[in-house]
Parts: sequence; C-alpha cells; structure tokens
Amino acid sequence: MLRRFVSIWFRHLSTDWLTIHRPFFKDKPLVFAEADHGRMIIRATNTLAEAEGLVHGMAVADARAVVPGLQVIDEKPGRNERLLKAIGEWCIRYSPIVAVDLPEGLILDAGGCTHLWGGEKKYLKEIITRLNAKGYDVRVSIADTIGAAWANARYGKQTPVIEPGAQYQMLKVLPSAALRLETDVLERLHKLGLYTIGSFMDMPRTVLRRRFGYGLLQRLDQALGREEEVMELLRPLETYEARLPCLEPVRTCTAIEIGIKTLLETLCADLKRDGQGLRAAVLKYYRLDGRVLQIDIGTNRPTYHISHLFKLFELKIAQVEPGLGIELFILTATKTEEAPLIQEALWAGKPGLEDDAVAELLDRLAGKVGPRAIHRYLPDEHFWPERSIKLAASLKEKPGIMWPTARPRPTQLLARPERIDTIAVIPDYPPKVFVYKGERHRIKCADGPERIEREWWLDEGEHRDYYIVEDEKGNRYWLFRSGHYDGQAYQWFIHGFFA
Amino acid sequence: MPETRKDTIARLQQNILLWQGFKPPQAAQEQSFGLGVLEAAFPNGVFPTGAIHEFLVPGPESAAASGGFIGGLLAKLMGQQGICLWIGVSRKLFAPALKRFGVEPDRIIFVDLQNEKQVLWATEEALKCGGLAAVVAELRELSFAQSRRLQLAVETSRVTGFILRSDLQKVSSTTCVARWQIASMPSQAQMDIPVVGFPRWQVELLKVRNGNPGVFHIGWSADGFVPVLQDITGASEHLSTLKAG
Repeated sequence: MLRRFVSIWFRHLSTDWLTIHRPFFKDKPLVFAEADHGRMIIRATNTLAEAEGLVHGMAVADARAVVPGLQVIDEKPGRNERLLKAIGEWCIRYSPIVAVDLPEGLILDAGGCTHLWGGEKKYLKEIITRLNAKGYDVRVSIADTIGAAWANARYGKQTPVIEPGAQYQMLKVLPSAALRLETDVLERLHKLGLYTIGSFMDMPRTVLRRRFGYGLLQRLDQALGREEEVMELLRPLETYEARLPCLEPVRTCTAIEIGIKTLLETLCADLKRDGQGLRAAVLKYYRLDGRVLQIDIGTNRPTYHISHLFKLFELKIAQVEPGLGIELFILTATKTEEAPLIQEALWAGKPGLEDDAVAELLDRLAGKVGPRAIHRYLPDEHFWPERSIKLAASLKEKPGIMWPTARPRPTQLLARPERIDTIAVIPDYPPKVFVYKGERHRIKCADGPERIEREWWLDEGEHRDYYIVEDEKGNRYWLFRSGHYDGQAYQWFIHGFFA
Repeated sequence: MPETRKDTIARLQQNILLWQGFKPPQAAQEQSFGLGVLEAAFPNGVFPTGAIHEFLVPGPESAAASGGFIGGLLAKLMGQQGICLWIGVSRKLFAPALKRFGVEPDRIIFVDLQNEKQVLWATEEALKCGGLAAVVAELRELSFAQSRRLQLAVETSRVTGFILRSDLQKVSSTTCVARWQIASMPSQAQMDIPVVGFPRWQVELLKVRNGNPGVFHIGWSADGFVPVLQDITGASEHLSTLKAG
C-alpha cells in the first residue's frame, strides 16, 4: 500500500489553547515564558505578539519594553505533550495511526484513508477546517515521508499536497532547517553558505558524513524516503481487533447480540488462522452521545470458540447501556495465548481438569459472579490448619506436595475458632463437658493432644493443643486449648466438626 | 396366562425404571458403592447416579457427617480424573478432610456465592455440564419447581447432583430421587480404650423413588464403606428420640 503521511503543525499551540479556554486573551499580545538562568525567556507567542516582533528565546523584560501591554503566562513543562496527545486522540477519526511529534506537531499515517474524504486535498481541507473551527492555527502537508511532510508543513510555500515521488523537487528549494537538524549542524551549514537543502543534497555522501556527521545523512534519507522512519504510536495497534460500524444506531438487545456475533466471527477466524486463543477481550461501544463504554470478558484457557465466547458476552449484555444508540462496536483481544488446534474428536475430550466443557463452565460462572467466587485448593507446607491450604493460581496447577493424611482433619472447619466453656476433671486433659452455643456436650471419648505450634516467623501467639472428642450422641468435635495449662493464660476453643 | 401377564408387567416396570434413569441390575456389580444393604433399597439394587439426591442437614454436626458420607460417594463417582463442583453461600467444608474419604481435594472446585439465587443458577449451569462427575450444592430450601429444573438438567448430562438442605421447616416434596438424613453414631470402643474410632453414621433414607425407605447403619474404614453389623443400644435410643422430635 502506498504510504502517505500527514504532518500537522500547530503554529501557536499553547497560546491558542489558552485563548480557546479564556477568550479574554483573544486580542491581546500573549506569550508563554519560562525561567532560565534567572531570566524569563519567551517559549511561545501568539499571532499578535509575533506581529510586534517578539520571538521564541527573547527575554520577557525586553519584550515588555517593546510591547507595554504584554500578557505573560508561566509555561508548564509537559503541557504541550498533554495537549498534543488529546488532539491526537481526536485525530484518530482521520487515521488509526497517529503519533505525537514534539514540540508542536502531529503525524498521521493517512495511507488508504484519504479516499474516504474524497481525495487528499479534501482530506487536508477537512482537517484544517475542523481544527481552525476549534481555534487552532495549523499548517498541514501530506507527502510520501514523514520528513517531507514535516518540512513542507513548516517551510513549504507552494502546495500542501506533495505528489508521490515529488519530495525531491519540493525539498530542493526549502531552507536547511526544514530537515529537522541539530542546531550545531545547522550553524555549520550556514557558515558554509549552504542555506537551502538543494545546495548540498547532491553532494557525495562521504563528504557530507565527514563534515556534518551521520545525523544529516539520516535526516536526508528519511525525508527522501530512502530510509524507513519509526514513529511511536499514540495508541498501539492491536493485533486482534474487529470493528463493526452500524448503519443506523442500534439500541435493542437482539441487535447487540448480532453485532457481537459478527465481531466474534471475524476475530475468531483471525485467531484460528494464527493458532492463537483468546484469554481476555474488551468490547468497546461508541454511543451517539459521544461516550465510549466497554464490557470485558476473560477465559480460563485460550479459546477461539465463537459459541463459548458469545455465551460469556451474553451474560454481560444486560450491563450494556445503549443510551440513544450505539454507532460503533470495537472488539479487541487484549490477551491472547497459543491455543492448540482442536481436533474434531469422535468422543468427548479429556476428562478432569483438562476438559474444555469444565473450563467453559467456569468461564461462564466467573463471567456472572466474578472470578473471585471460584476457589480451588492445594496443600501448603504448613501445619497450622488455617494455612494448610492455599488457593491454586490456575486450573492447571498441580499440588506441589502430597495431601497430608497422617492426622485426621475435620470436614467442617469454622472460619474462626469459637470460645467454649469447659469442665475438665484433670488439668491438662481433654474436658469432660463443654458448652457450645448453649448446648452441653458430655464427652465420651477423646483423641489427642496434637500440638500445633504457631509459626513464630509468621505471627505471634500461643500454641494449640488439639483434641478430637466425641460426645454421647456420637458427634465429633475438634477442640483445642490455646496455650499451656497453668491456671490462667489458657482458653478452650472449638474449631471444627468431624464426620 | 396369569404367568405371562405377570412377566409382561415386570418387563414394563423394568422399562419405566430405565427411562427414569435407574440402571439395570447388571450394572450393580461394577458400580457398587460398597453400601451393602443400603443399595438394595434402590430400584434394581443400584445406587442411582445421574440423578439428584437430597440431604437434610439441620446443623453443623449433621453437615459434617453428610460431608463425610458424600465424600465417600464422591470418591467412587469421581474416580481417577473426575471433577466435582461444590457450590454454596457460607461454606465451611475443609477440603483436606476429604482426602480421608478417598477424594483428591484439589479436584474439587469450590464456588462461594452471595445468595441462594446465584447458587441455584450456578447449580443448574453446572448440572448441565457433562464434563463434571458430580455437583454438590448447599441450599436453605428447594421448591418443587426448582428441583424439577435441576432434574431436567441432569437428565441430558447424566451428572450426579447432591443438594444439602439446611432448613428443615420448609421441607416440601421435590423431584429428587432420594432424600437422606445422615447423623453420627458413637464409634466402636476398641478394647475398652476411650479413643475415637472410625466414623459411623446412621443413614436414614426418608424417601426413595420406586424404592424402600429405611434406616441403615454404615461405617467408614480405610477401605471404604462398611456396614455396621451389630447394633448398639445407644444408637437405637438416639433414633427413638429423633423420631419423637
């Protein structure tokens, strides 16, 4: 595809921005200044100040002498970048590939976009008109390379549209500064009388490199299209993305369902072709009132099953707020992993945790009630009952150690041990009677004690002496005494129920 | 002639049982849960899988006993690879305990939800999933309509479901294949030493579809379920008090 780049130059970016927000400054000379070595230096000017002869780099004191009613605003570092980013986001309507070109420009990759506006001239005109209407004074140019577009936007005098392959002719007449050169290289060029690009662009490359360094050659090559220039995109392109613009704004559930299905078909075909599976996806919908909202889903394992993914979205459709109507859906796979190609098997898949049906069920549950509701436990290397199990990170995770079987554990464990009152015949023995929730339990037989020490490197406190006791009805309880029996600092607790 | 008519009726009854999901007697040997006499209470003498069982659990002691008993059933149902979903609102089940009943606790997936409505929804979804071996759901109550939805779900997927109901005040009729109540029994004293032995349960089959309800005494040993042979007087006393209450 033919590559065409648009360079937008904001001639008075920060002053225009301030004038838009505070029309008070509209007909007053205005400069932005920054402290530098104890002096205030002008960093940006508006048209009126420029007409008075104020330029970038002038001291504010001098400027005030020239223009008595001068308005001086403090320049804040990073403001330009923020402004350009915001305008760049807006410019995504003209092309999905937008980059910020500091200090005061934007670069758009317009390849394959211009015909939508009826040609390059109309495309540029649209951009200029819209930005002017907002209050920004811009110069725009389109060319085969970023360098050529940049140069023509700032220094060109003929036409904003540089025909494909015409950058050589165009650059020839432009001043040397149009090549985005370092200041010292530029000074050296001027010293030698090389004021235009044409005066040195045909010189032997070795000569240029020896005199002016590699940087000049690189800039020249980039402008002429001999070398590819990389730009840092404002919004990185997603590998797996599907867009669905609606002819008419949609509001109904059925329409949204159809939209999601169409998007999934496109996306899953792409995923399947590359052997990738989806782990997380975001569906963004652009509403008529300008708001962009989203719903997202996640899966337990990489998948490109349309029906399964649709079921996950179906659970979230209730959360979609169409408002006055939705005009555009964008479905993005934010996280993908390699997925094995599923063979059309004659019998159902692998049993157990590898089963796709189970993973899909868990995805549906997680989609409705949240992934935090689903737990799977693995043994952990602790004796302390509360810490003896840990949550498994994924369905695939296998227990690192064997499940301990040496000591019986209760089937029902209280989240927090509860205090009980006890009567013990002999100190340091299991109790004879205990009262739990107002009910007396006479203990017939008991096993124990099983002493579990507290892990002092994790927390502080007393150890526990656990007893398995059985009351006269045959119910079994897990009781423990916290601390040594010494007449005061001990307490009995109930912690669980045995089968 | 009466001979043949009797045969025909028996064959038709057998067919109805098969349609209702009960297995033919041939399956009895390979799918025995080792429950002994208890299995004879079910039609054809086979413990019905691919159906919904209902357990009444009035308190934590009963929940613990039911947990152990279900653990023993799950061990058989899950086999080497199976997965079980345990769905509830305020679950207290301590996973490592199930290892004692032959279940790998890491193959049970717990779903802890906010309310009963979500539990019912999740249970129905889980019962529809053929990849699971069993689903256990803890509920306060279960209406007839709700139980019918669950029954319809298992009829296609053949998943076995266990519903633990905690509210005994609102026990209504359901479509469940059996209604159980499990209580602990005093363990057998071993050589007069007062230690806690293997768990023993009094298993009450309150309702069995096409079967014979009854009270059974079952114990658990290292090898699985064992029927309790000699009755203990204490247990029968306990039973009588239970009936009176």
